[in-house]
Amino acid sequence: MKRSMLVPAVLALSAALIAVGCQKKTVETIKIGVAGAHSGDLASYGLPSVNAAKLVAEAVNAKGGIGGRMVELLIEDDQCKPELATNTAAKLVSGNVVAVIGHICSGATKAALGIYKDSKIVTISPSATTPSLTQSGEYPNFLRTIAPDDAQAKLATMFIKDKLGLKTLAVLHDKGDYGKGFAELVKQYAEAEGMTVVLFEGVNPGAPDYSAVVNKIGNSGAQGVVWGGYHPEASKLVQQMKDKGMDLPFVSDDGVKDQTFIEVAGKYADGVYATGPMDTSSNPLAIKAVADHKAKFGDEPGAFFLNAYAATLAVVNAIEKAGSTDYEAVSKALRSEYVETPLGKISFDERGDVIGFGFSVFQVQGGKYVELK
Amino acid sequence: MTRKHLISELRASLFQAAWFVVLLFPFLVMKVNVSSGKASVIFRWSALPVVAVSAFVLSFAWRAALRWNERRGDKVKVRTPLSKVGELVRSALARKPIRRTAILALLAVVAVYPFALGMYHTNIMITALIYVILALGLNIVVGLGGLLNLGYAAFFAVGAYTYGLLWKYAGPSFVAAGIDTGWLFWIALPTAGVITTIFGILLSLPVLRLRGDYLAIITLAFGEIVRMVLQNSSSVTGGATGISLIPRPWFFGIRLPPRQAATYIYYIVVVLVILTVFVVRRIEDSRVGRALEAMREDEIACESMGVDLARNKLVTFALGAFWAGIAGVVLAAQTTYINPDSFTLWESIMVLMAVVIGGTGSIPGAIGGALLLKLLPEYFRPLAQYRMLIYGIAMIVIIIFKPDGLFPRNRKHYTFVGKTPSDPAPGVEK
Amino acid sequence: MDYFIKLLLSGTAKGSIYALIALGYTMVYGIVQLINFAHGEVYMIGGFTALIIGGFLFVLGLPVPLVLLLSIVASVVFSAAFGFTIERLAYKPLRNKPRLSALISAIGISMVLQNFILLAQTEKYLSFPSYLPELAFLQPVREYINSTQFIILVTTAVIMVILTVIIKFTRIGKAMRATAQDKQMAQLVGVDINRVISLTFIMGSSLAAIGGVLICSYMGQINYYIGFVAGIKAFVAAVLGGIGSIPGAVLGSFILGWTESLGTGYISSDYEDAYAFVILILILSVKPDGILGKNQKQKV
Repeated sequence: MKRSMLVPAVLALSAALIAVGCQKKTVETIKIGVAGAHSGDLASYGLPSVNAAKLVAEAVNAKGGIGGRMVELLIEDDQCKPELATNTAAKLVSGNVVAVIGHICSGATKAALGIYKDSKIVTISPSATTPSLTQSGEYPNFLRTIAPDDAQAKLATMFIKDKLGLKTLAVLHDKGDYGKGFAELVKQYAEAEGMTVVLFEGVNPGAPDYSAVVNKIGNSGAQGVVWGGYHPEASKLVQQMKDKGMDLPFVSDDGVKDQTFIEVAGKYADGVYATGPMDTSSNPLAIKAVADHKAKFGDEPGAFFLNAYAATLAVVNAIEKAGSTDYEAVSKALRSEYVETPLGKISFDERGDVIGFGFSVFQVQGGKYVELK
Repeated sequence: MTRKHLISELRASLFQAAWFVVLLFPFLVMKVNVSSGKASVIFRWSALPVVAVSAFVLSFAWRAALRWNERRGDKVKVRTPLSKVGELVRSALARKPIRRTAILALLAVVAVYPFALGMYHTNIMITALIYVILALGLNIVVGLGGLLNLGYAAFFAVGAYTYGLLWKYAGPSFVAAGIDTGWLFWIALPTAGVITTIFGILLSLPVLRLRGDYLAIITLAFGEIVRMVLQNSSSVTGGATGISLIPRPWFFGIRLPPRQAATYIYYIVVVLVILTVFVVRRIEDSRVGRALEAMREDEIACESMGVDLARNKLVTFALGAFWAGIAGVVLAAQTTYINPDSFTLWESIMVLMAVVIGGTGSIPGAIGGALLLKLLPEYFRPLAQYRMLIYGIAMIVIIIFKPDGLFPRNRKHYTFVGKTPSDPAPGVEK
Repeated sequence: MDYFIKLLLSGTAKGSIYALIALGYTMVYGIVQLINFAHGEVYMIGGFTALIIGGFLFVLGLPVPLVLLLSIVASVVFSAAFGFTIERLAYKPLRNKPRLSALISAIGISMVLQNFILLAQTEKYLSFPSYLPELAFLQPVREYINSTQFIILVTTAVIMVILTVIIKFTRIGKAMRATAQDKQMAQLVGVDINRVISLTFIMGSSLAAIGGVLICSYMGQINYYIGFVAGIKAFVAAVLGGIGSIPGAVLGSFILGWTESLGTGYISSDYEDAYAFVILILILSVKPDGILGKNQKQKV
């Protein structure tokens, strides 16, 4: 028995040794990590950031790199799972990255930050919106090119109160960290503003049918629906509500403020409200980024593409301005320098939240998200 | 292989290649393209020759491999240089002093591993070793007891949350009292063991009458219910947000930076793995273990021999659950953050795969399977987006060529050797 | 009362969605005793085939009913071919091996197919155009049931009847039952079990394809990951009804649909899956072989 146990152990160890032996260390390049879900059920939120980082890195390298040093991307998958994210983080740290674009999910980000923080690596997430990541002050190395959930929830609630004038709300969410977080904040703000939340429920993401919960909304007498979560479920909800002849205002978050939502939901999308990053589609950099994506990858970019694009640009710019890859210098440059990105001219505040670009409310009108002023 | 045979093989491969080209055509050559709101279908003709050629080569190789696999069993063993080396190693290991040095050498390698390979490799090895504990635990249920369990992640979750909740609720009072929060880990370890054992017993109550796949689905249901409860009771467990900043175990009052902490946890896991192996081996050879094996082989025969099946199932689930709880605590300590997403059905399936691919019922199998399953995706990282595809293919190939697992159970059996002057005993343990 | 009827109809619609997938699951299980984890993926493949072929034909300018017909045919043909290939490639070599090995192979296939579509097509959610007709007579009651739900319900009923007839009254059905009971014995009396098993997979996969087209039309979207969740639910439904039994799979699916729907309506959707699982545990602890499952006689 014992000797057969030797075989797997020896195999594993030698494999590990070989794997280590293969890693070459080059000093010339500036390494930037890109981490997020690149496989598994959440890959559709992680892969667009990879494309964004690739496009920026290519553009920078074509111009001769940063101060003569080429940018090299280390792309690692965490499947949005906390336990894999720590491995991913350890791998990137071992690869001597200067900064990390990622991670995508808040949970995985929290797990990975435990390692980045102590290793002094700047981490810019294009999509992790949990408020505590910046507001708790626990992670000084963390920044993000997206507004935290509480800003969005506040905006959505005030919009519902002032512009839509609703009194009763049905708040639904997808039970996830992001969706439920947003929904809970909306509920809290709405009740503080004197509205009544008549329904607060989580639905199963990925389920084929939401007609039961749609019936429940109809039965609850809510004047409007708030959805915390992503667009696949939102489009099913909207569709099944309209099929039943329910024409309630539908307000959601930036997980829904995505062109894919309109493509998927089609005619049902019309009239849906969503909070999201300010409209920058007229921004020349955004137009160029999307065009580049089409040219290189053949289709429209996906979720959080521009956020990741901006994050990568910010990192590149900070390294350039700092003149070194030193953590303190880069971290300082990120906070003091403004940079032109597809999201506008941005910088970061002390806590790590983005400055220079905020959120506004959008409505789908004629197959397009139109910013409501 | 004769020429005629080769030609017929080539023809068959050609036919199969054509089949695959047709089969995969709509997915590899055609592609739905959504651009500015309009869906259209584009053709990627360049993919066609690639598919055709690779399908041809692969199907030829696959057929050859299958043929080799079928014949492998009935062929007289040929002494190749490789098998000679294997024999040499085996005979050397059979001798006690050499075996002892080999084990010592292995221990030495295990001991210097974190220092030689750095933090990343230590980290992935910790994850892999946590899975080793899980696989060894599940091996008691599936391998020894023959009860298919698809909800094993539930016990894993209970273990992890025991530590997480202990930290969340007892942590502040520890800090207030000026006691090291690092001690929480050592309190959580036995507590989680006890709690998960209770959970295991609770689960086994409704399944006592069930067998086979009905049992599997109940365990699946149980696993999902536990996850749902964790996800929905935000006020207690933090819900989907999870519990963060769980302390790593402290080393005699010193708070270690992540690199050293990883090394420290690594050693803790190694010790736990050794402990698990030791205990599981004892169980295997004990009265309980024998009863479990009898139950696996034939429930009815086992019952008629006077073995209490209900008690047996209870014991199986309790024993299996205990180790999952221990593994859960270590996971929480390593990642410092837990949320319900880490304990999905998929996790249960992964552990089951480790057990089966390693060899159901075999201790080295569970170890090898878990290491392989957890380390392979890490070493496959250079394959980038093809990683999980290749991983899936690897699983299929392994299980087809080694259907009993990589390190199949070495069942104790007795053979009649006959009376030869040098070997007077009629039955010899092999 | 009105609310109750609405919920009941929602549950019925949901149940028929589960049933479409569960039928294929239970057929394969009945014959080869394999929990075919890849079944959900075949359903996803069916949906994708219809999307791609249908999209192509639509661009060509064919009339909508013809596009619908041809894309369903294409999706059935391709899914059946996938089912056949998967069985030959991954399950047949393991037929006389430990049962868990085939289960692992099925999980492997499921992983491969998911990632194959992810790489070959896209990671994004795609809009699934509904070519299904709007039934005018349902317009007044659309609060209760819509056209697509109605079509799914009718299709499920029709398929259940056809399958029962095939299995009960035809020659191949008899061969299937024989194979299910005892493979060796069936072989001895001249049943070509390879053919029977292949045919079972082809039929099961065709059903998955029809399910794929209809369910994706209902959801209005498709993604490489839809198969996994649907597959698990269908598996639960099949077990609930008594795995291997055709009417059982349908009944199990409806019970699942009703429980989820009423649970959501009267309690909360937070624990939607839990209601289904609690019902499952209750039913199995009373009837350990499922509602319509045959009581397995154990030979000693």
